[in-house]
Amino acid sequence: MPVDVMIVDDSAAIRKILHRVLLQADVPLGQVIEAGDGVEALEKLKTAKVGLILSDINMPNMDGLALLGALKSQEATRNVPVIMVTTEGSSSRVMEAVNLGASGYVRKPFTAEQIKEKLAGLF
Amino acid sequence: MTHEKLVSHIRSSTRDVFTTMLGLDVADGEPFIKEEAPAPSDGVLALVGLAGRWAGSGTFSCTAPVAMRLASQLLMQPYDAINEEVLDAVGEITNMVLGNVKTALEEELGPMGLSIPTVIYGRNFTTRSIGRSKWTVVPFLLDSEIIEVHLCIAPSKDPGAVRIHRDQPAAILSIE
Repeated sequence: MPVDVMIVDDSAAIRKILHRVLLQADVPLGQVIEAGDGVEALEKLKTAKVGLILSDINMPNMDGLALLGALKSQEATRNVPVIMVTTEGSSSRVMEAVNLGASGYVRKPFTAEQIKEKLAGLF
Repeated sequence: MTHEKLVSHIRSSTRDVFTTMLGLDVADGEPFIKEEAPAPSDGVLALVGLAGRWAGSGTFSCTAPVAMRLASQLLMQPYDAINEEVLDAVGEITNMVLGNVKTALEEELGPMGLSIPTVIYGRNFTTRSIGRSKWTVVPFLLDSEIIEVHLCIAPSKDPGAVRIHRDQPAAILSIE
C-alpha cells in the first residue's frame, strides 16, 4: 500500500533532494507533501494523513523539535514515524529528538544511501 | 578558540559538504585573519549568526557563476542565471558548512544557536559585524574560482542567549 510522506524543511533545495531520494528508495511511495516549517506542517496535517515525516530542526516559526513534540502529543499523529534530517549534530540535540520520540536522525550533509538506510528500517 | 582550530573546523566541514552533497572537491587556499574594514564585494554571500556562551557571525561567499554551479550540482539541474533556487541552494550549503562548524565548536564552547541563513546577491556591497571586526577567513579553490568562508566568534556578553531569534540579522549590510 502506498505511503504518503511529508517533508518539512525551510530550504526548497533540501525538500527537492529528499523528494528525489524518496523516489529512488525502495518505498511504496504515495503522495509527497512539503512544508516550510512546523506551523505549515501541522496545518497541512489537519487534512492530510501521512505514514512518514522527514523534518529539519532549525526552521523559522516552529522548529523541528517543537513540531516533533506537537506530533507526539496528538492522537492522530502520535504513531507516525518522524526522521530528523538536520545540521544539528550535537549529542544533546540528538538525545532531545530521541526523547521526544524521533524514529531516526540523519545529519546534513547526507548521502542518498543514509536516507534509504533509515527508510529501510521502517518499511 | 584559536584561529588554527577555526580553520581546521571550517576546512573539515566545507570538504565534507562539498564531497557529500555536491560531488565536488575543493583545494585549500591560504587562511588569514582580517582585521581591517571589509572591501566591497560582488557575487553571492550568505550570512548566519551564532549565539550562546560564545557568539558571532559566519559567511559563505562566491561569485555568481560559482553559485550557479553549486546549485546545479546540489539540485542536479542546470542554472544559467541567479534565481531563488540558486540563492536557496547557497543558503542551504552555508547552513550545512557553518552548522557543522558550530557542532564541532560546541564540544569546546558549549551549546550555541544558529540563525536561518540570509542570502545576498549583488554588486559593491559591504558586510560588517557589530562590535567585532576580527574575522578568520578560509579561502577554497574550486578549479580557479575562489570561495571564502569567514567566521568571527567571541565570548558572549549575554551567555543566556543560546537560542537566537530566527530573523536576527547576522551582520550589517551596506550597498554603496
